[in-house]
Amino acid sequence: MKLTTTKRLERLNDRYINGDLSRRTFLGLIAAAAASAGISMAWMSEALAAVEQIRFDGWGGVVQDALSQYAFQPYTAKTKIKVVQGTFGNETEILTKIKTGIPGDFQVVHSSGVANYVKWVNAGMTSEINEANIPNLVNVMRPMIEPFRKLTPKLSAVPYDYGTTGIAYNTTVISPEEAQEKGASLLFDKKYAGKIGGFSDMVARVWYAALATGQDPNNIKDMDAIWAKVREMRDLAKKFWGSGAELMDLLAKGEVVVTDAWSGRVAVLQQQGHPIGYLDPPGSLAWMDDMLILRGSPMAECEELLNFMLEPATAIAVAEAQNYPPSLDPTKVKLTEKIKKLPAYDATGTMKSLTFTDPIYWEANSDAWTKQWDRISKGA
Amino acid sequence: MKISPTITVAAGLSTGADKRHEDGQMLRVRTTKGWTLYDPRLAWMLVAPVLLLLIIFLVLPIAVMAVYTFFTFVTAGVETGTLTTANWHEFLTDSYYHGFLWKTLRVAAMTALLCGVLGYFPAYFIWATTFKHKWLLLLLLIVPFWISFTIRTFSWINILGEQGVINVALLKMGIISEPLPMLYNEGAVIVGLLHFLLPYMILNVYVSLESIDRTLISAARSMGCTSAQAFREVTLPLSLPGLAAGLLLCFVLAAGSYVTPQLLGSGRDALFGNLISDTIMEQLNWPMGATLSIVLFVVLGFFAAIYTRYMGMSQIVKGLGG
Repeated sequence: MKLTTTKRLERLNDRYINGDLSRRTFLGLIAAAAASAGISMAWMSEALAAVEQIRFDGWGGVVQDALSQYAFQPYTAKTKIKVVQGTFGNETEILTKIKTGIPGDFQVVHSSGVANYVKWVNAGMTSEINEANIPNLVNVMRPMIEPFRKLTPKLSAVPYDYGTTGIAYNTTVISPEEAQEKGASLLFDKKYAGKIGGFSDMVARVWYAALATGQDPNNIKDMDAIWAKVREMRDLAKKFWGSGAELMDLLAKGEVVVTDAWSGRVAVLQQQGHPIGYLDPPGSLAWMDDMLILRGSPMAECEELLNFMLEPATAIAVAEAQNYPPSLDPTKVKLTEKIKKLPAYDATGTMKSLTFTDPIYWEANSDAWTKQWDRISKGA
Repeated sequence: MKISPTITVAAGLSTGADKRHEDGQMLRVRTTKGWTLYDPRLAWMLVAPVLLLLIIFLVLPIAVMAVYTFFTFVTAGVETGTLTTANWHEFLTDSYYHGFLWKTLRVAAMTALLCGVLGYFPAYFIWATTFKHKWLLLLLLIVPFWISFTIRTFSWINILGEQGVINVALLKMGIISEPLPMLYNEGAVIVGLLHFLLPYMILNVYVSLESIDRTLISAARSMGCTSAQAFREVTLPLSLPGLAAGLLLCFVLAAGSYVTPQLLGSGRDALFGNLISDTIMEQLNWPMGATLSIVLFVVLGFFAAIYTRYMGMSQIVKGLGG
């Protein structure tokens, strides 16, 4: 960035005035800044003003296009800080990459919810956000923030959007009435054997198996029944997709006629004119995405980016383009009609209508279940 | 080195040292500032940079991975340095891994053999043709490498899929009434691997054919061989080293692939590489992933060692343009 010395000192002053800093700390930091300015050499200023870009990694596709167009490009125009982007198909993939790098190589990740947040915390990759630098955080729905705060009182991530993994179906083959009637069991319907798809993800597979066996996905009692159901679906399925692009391709090309699917991607297909219907059956899997700042990142600059992304105008533009509702509280921020019509939209700001994974329960079982799903998906 | 005692030391910097040869003669070995021609120390110095690179980028990473196989997995993305043999125990006792290893070797062998059969003819054609722009044919062989491997693999979805070129054409011609299930099965994986590996096979065989002295074929023909006999008795046996090199290369590359099964196969069509990928990328279990990686490395190394023992590596190097 060029987060100039003047700007840094202004921020320091703001924090002091707002009571975030004691007078002693404030004066100490000012003295340190003065000392460093006094002893600095010509080459030092160049080295210290090195943050000219922020690294962002997301899910690619239309979601990242929306972020790029409506958040990052305006942010760069405003601050001159470039946002260098990378993509991943699965969050564990980016976690693996980051594990092999050094802190600071990767900085902001479009992470998928609290269950994954636990993994980042366990791996020791989280940072501590100074919430005073993200004033727009006050507009974010409290029920979305609280699960993160339970895990780390000092947040490392800011909730940004949410959606559901419901059921998408080809309306030329399956009528809306049939989909409504069958609900989650549509994924296990032998009538569509060889034309069924699914997300190649343990959580989605176990969740829908739980719904199909009449169990509470956040408190499963009979795991044998779950794995039997997962195997049943595996044998009926044509393909388990691994990315949003693959999901859209399978549906658009008619390779599958029913699959669990990300609501936003289905909305894009519908807007493109494909005959695809979408259904959130009772207990449909809801999730929330967050913007996670990793350990070793330039915090002030990343916080500034997140604050910009949470500006109502930015967040609304991104939400409309990516087809996922923003994390902004609709009781505090006026959202557009388009957003209000998006799947999973919660008008109350309480999120009570959606069923999320219980992060503690799922994390406790994640290792064993992921391993088992990996095996079943390969025919075991 | 044997130097006649009558040879005198050249003027200038060269000096000499007397050495007694086994027949009792005194030999004078040329040296320059204490260095002899073909001095072993010089050889080591010349090879040192490459050795260093090999150690840093090959031996060391493999060694680190080997050590990792004894680390303890705690939870996804977290492991400790407490040494354990649990990962090896799991691999050795779990038939799930053995099944996939066997399947990987089977698919790789099948792919390599198909590459051999399908690749020999184009290589022979390029070698035998009198077309004056032969370089153009060779260029066509490497054109696919200009396109991303992933995109090349994805292209098969548009060919083999239900709305792919083949099914649409057959449906429109009325030959079939339902699309043929050609995608997301082992056949599609092998087709994808063939697409990727054929150029390697063709180049290897072509290089081998190019090294054949054509007068041998003329000699065979002049002694009464038919064209087919000359091919069977002269050309084919002399091109076998190239074919074998191509087979090994295709086998090893196919056995180590994971993108092609991921994109063109179903879960059941996964290969050992996919198991490694899942263990590292999905389960975030690096110690087990390292164990599986070392297993694949050792197994493929075993096949490469057998090949080297009987054929030598030079043919592969030639085939790769070395």
